Amino acid sequence: MDDLRAKYLSRIDAATDEATLEDTRLAAIGKKGEVSLAMRELGRMTPEERQEAGPRLNALKDEITSAIAARKAALEDAALEERLSREWLDVTLPARGAPDPGRGTIHPVSQVWEEITAIFGDMGFAVAEGPQVESDWYNFDALNIPAHHPARQEHDTFYMSRAAGDDRPPHVLRTHTSPVQIRTMEAQGAPLRVICPGRTFRADYDQTHTPMFHQVEGLALDRDISMAHLKWVLEQFFTAFFGTEVRTRFRASHFPFTEPSAEVDIQCSFEGGTVKVGEGDGWLEVLGSGMVHPKVLRAGGIDPEQWQGFAFGMGIDRLAMLKYGIPDLRAFFDSDLRWLRHYGFGALQVPTLRAGV
Amino acid sequence: MKFTLSWLKDHLDTDASLDTIAEALTDLGLEVEDISDPAARLRPFTIGRVLAAEPHPDADRLRVCRVATAAGESQIICGAPNARAGITVVVAAPGTYVPGIDTTIQIGRIRGVESHGMMASERELELSDEHEGIIELPEESAASEVGTSFADWLAANRPGAVDPVIEIAITPNRPDALGVRGIARDLAARGLGRLKHRDPVTVEGAFPCPIGVSIDDDALDDAPHFTGRLIRGVVNGPSPRWLQERLKAIGLRPISALVDITNFFTFDANRPLHVFDAAKVSGDLRVHRAEGGETLRALDERDYTLAPGMIAISDANGPESIAGIMGGAPTGVGEDTTDVFLESAYWTPVRIAQTGRALKINSDARYRFERGVDPAFTRAGLEEATRMILDLCGGEASDVVEAGAAPDHARRYRLDTDRVQSLVGMEIDPATQRASLEALGFALDGDMAAVPSWRPDVQGEADLVEEVARIASLTRLAPRALPRPRPGVPAPILTLAQSREQTARRSCAALGMNEVVSYAFVDRASAELFGGDAALALENPISQDLSHLRPSLLTGLLLAAARNQKRGQSDLALFEVGAGFTGGEPGDQRTEAAGLFVGATGPKDLHGTARPRDAFDAKAAAEAVLAAIGAPANAQIRRDGEAWWHPGRHGQISLGKKVLAVFGELHPRVLRAMDVKGPAVGFVVWPDAVPAPRRKGAARARLDLSDLQPVERDFAFVLDARTEAQTVVAAAQGADKALVADVRVFDRFEGASLGEGKISLAIAVRLQPQTATLTEPEIEAVSAKIVTKVEAATGGTLRR
Repeated sequence: MDDLRAKYLSRIDAATDEATLEDTRLAAIGKKGEVSLAMRELGRMTPEERQEAGPRLNALKDEITSAIAARKAALEDAALEERLSREWLDVTLPARGAPDPGRGTIHPVSQVWEEITAIFGDMGFAVAEGPQVESDWYNFDALNIPAHHPARQEHDTFYMSRAAGDDRPPHVLRTHTSPVQIRTMEAQGAPLRVICPGRTFRADYDQTHTPMFHQVEGLALDRDISMAHLKWVLEQFFTAFFGTEVRTRFRASHFPFTEPSAEVDIQCSFEGGTVKVGEGDGWLEVLGSGMVHPKVLRAGGIDPEQWQGFAFGMGIDRLAMLKYGIPDLRAFFDSDLRWLRHYGFGALQVPTLRAGV
Repeated sequence: MKFTLSWLKDHLDTDASLDTIAEALTDLGLEVEDISDPAARLRPFTIGRVLAAEPHPDADRLRVCRVATAAGESQIICGAPNARAGITVVVAAPGTYVPGIDTTIQIGRIRGVESHGMMASERELELSDEHEGIIELPEESAASEVGTSFADWLAANRPGAVDPVIEIAITPNRPDALGVRGIARDLAARGLGRLKHRDPVTVEGAFPCPIGVSIDDDALDDAPHFTGRLIRGVVNGPSPRWLQERLKAIGLRPISALVDITNFFTFDANRPLHVFDAAKVSGDLRVHRAEGGETLRALDERDYTLAPGMIAISDANGPESIAGIMGGAPTGVGEDTTDVFLESAYWTPVRIAQTGRALKINSDARYRFERGVDPAFTRAGLEEATRMILDLCGGEASDVVEAGAAPDHARRYRLDTDRVQSLVGMEIDPATQRASLEALGFALDGDMAAVPSWRPDVQGEADLVEEVARIASLTRLAPRALPRPRPGVPAPILTLAQSREQTARRSCAALGMNEVVSYAFVDRASAELFGGDAALALENPISQDLSHLRPSLLTGLLLAAARNQKRGQSDLALFEVGAGFTGGEPGDQRTEAAGLFVGATGPKDLHGTARPRDAFDAKAAAEAVLAAIGAPANAQIRRDGEAWWHPGRHGQISLGKKVLAVFGELHPRVLRAMDVKGPAVGFVVWPDAVPAPRRKGAARARLDLSDLQPVERDFAFVLDARTEAQTVVAAAQGADKALVADVRVFDRFEGASLGEGKISLAIAVRLQPQTATLTEPEIEAVSAKIVTKVEAATGGTLRR
């Protein structure tokens, strides 16, 4: 029996492929294998002999089985190692669907639009919108800018052409988003909190002016809203928007639709030719604001004896330029693919307050 | 509006510095746009004295001067003919920037001799055009010690030359601040000094005015008040240096004493005046409405034709002046004028604005009258100007002739000091509020404030609040928290339409497209290609390229594609979300999410994935956007869309008659017209056409999952080439609605083996039993039904 053991274990050990191993298995513990035949002899043995030989044969069979399994695993490992040693990939080749052309982008104006609505939404401001072609009543008269008022000329207004025989005053491309204030007051009454983002138009074109741009208007009406609340709301907004504490400075000014009126500057530094918001002791004018003029409230169907509130308006494109360091307004509307990719935002970069806009 | 510091100090008694004044102006709403302080520029230049001037060894024209300067004795080479020993000069030491020659002086060698600075001429310092020689200062003048700054010398000897010029922006409501006096009044109210008192001036007439004045009754509405008088025996030479320097400082060219005086009052008191050469006026002056067609040559030497209703001032020869806007050239004053008729009148703002705009004249007078001059200062202004003319030009004044009367400006509003605090949110002591208004010229009687005549903008109580807040300074405003409209977590704020826009945008970007924001207007030809008509035309476009509102966002995308192709970008996937315009009335706009693909999916790559874009890319994007905004899945594809699509290669995704989106190839003619190298495919989704979800709340429909094994069977049909897959799929689905879970087209080919005009279309049908596993005969039965249905629907046959 020791001979059997020595013979097969050495043959297993010497096997270099699976076929030899299988032959060895059959020769040892196959149906007609030597060990199997020896086990068949057990029946003819005396009980004493069987008691001694049985366990030994079983142990031998187990040993051979394990040895074959071990040898088989070793052979497989070696084969795998050999295969892997041949396999190689140039992992510096470009990825499938090269990254750049595949990356879609969101325009900075849209991104900032979402940032603004996220912040004001948290302060309870809904989003109102209105038509881009407006009647002159909504764009001017209702906002306390009567015909022939010099302020009208200062708006560089685009007018829609009128068909011959149509004697109504020409419609305008809205010069500001303020007409949405009036429409919203008419539709919803007071109390009211809305921002009105949208496209606006003025006939002007140079490095800092384009004939179309984006504005966001804010309006809050209630029993006792004051300019001090306006200052707080704006400072909250700018701080959230720029991600750093921003102070504001109010300066007296004049807008026909607010009284008192203020221009608002934000704190910034101009060192090294770049504007850094929230630093330094410089001031940058960013918006116009004030307490809604009683005539404007009346035009919106709201009793100025009962309600008061603030309104403000600022440029969305301008905010985007300031925040994201975009130098030229005109490029916003030029649709240059290189610009879109450079200044655009990923589809999944949805601004949220919890992550910071 | 420009003025100088010394001019301001004519009206304001103040010790405040220029900086303090500038800060206060901006804070008061008179925003400072620019300050130019010549003294600051001239400060580095110092007084020197030439001790000796020897000829240069190597140059005839140059002299080597030894000059006593602030830094001791310096050697300076000078080419000026007047450079000689003993004169007092102005020295620029090395390192000094010289504005007139835009150079910083360096130590240099001139023909081998070192020069340590420069002696300056008036032109080099931008004081005048004088460049004959270097400046020679009078020896005995004040502040002429060696080393003293030249700025100080000028301040002591020629203050007009170093008078700081302040330019401020005037909002349309503040005509009073178009005069220096109004600006001084604001500063005084702020506490920056005292407004100087001015005694009213009256000049007694020495003789009756030979020129009479009348206003037609029908003109009184727009021309309520006219005053004038003759001043005879004047000498209209150049005005004195102080007046010329002031006018020059604010950018006006001195012309003659009479003209300069009218300009002075325009800027000093916001009181435009006009002077006629009385010798050229024939008969009396009549203020009247133009009948239309009258012509006159104005002082700008242009000819104007008056329209009916405009106000003219005419003599016996016809119109001699466009009232309140510009006088006529024939009666203008000149050097030879000896008798002058001085006019001070009041014209209503609206009339002036209309006339000025119609005639396209922008004059200082129009600018002021259309904003509103002080109606109570008409006669007083005439008297003050008379005084100045007599002082500067001599002569003798007639009695005043007057027609009409100053319009009644009197109005009073209640000052509610509590309201100021409630609106502004700032504590301002009631006494301070009243004091501010009084300083601005309001007369307070109890709590009623009478508005001064020079403030046409104050038209209600709210305006009083503004004045008080302005004077108190809004910089003092402290923020106060605005509570949320309701406590707790804010409610959602976006409307369905707004959410959809945002979703559409992010879906397109997720598909790898780049968002553009393009102008809402395009050129006429592009607009017309997309069905735009005259209703979309702008009356006054900024250029021909931007003359019509865009009927579809595709116009802007195609223009953007053409621009990018010219820049060498050939593979484009652009989209925009915004309004397309259907007409020229408010509300004639519709939100679109539009996309355009040109070129390939990307540059050629080793994985072989880049391929040309086709209509199915556009379809995929349109369907992805629709799915993202919640469109139902059972939409149909129709043909017969608009003419800008390839007639055979586009589809409209529709629910019944309602079109939710369109996709396909753009018409080659459109591409050619818009200079886009095609082919190009695109899509438009109208988010608002998608029905609002019926389901309220967030819960989903129950999901029923079958445990039974589904079965999939493939079928191929030979069909007419123009049979639509949609027909085949619908027929297969209709064969057994309970059992057929899904029908998918997986192959389509044309081949000679099929016969001319035939295609083979293969579908995979998934059968999902609900109650028991399908037996083979059951499967056979359903399959047969599918074949029958498809054959019946298409006229095709099962391919065997």
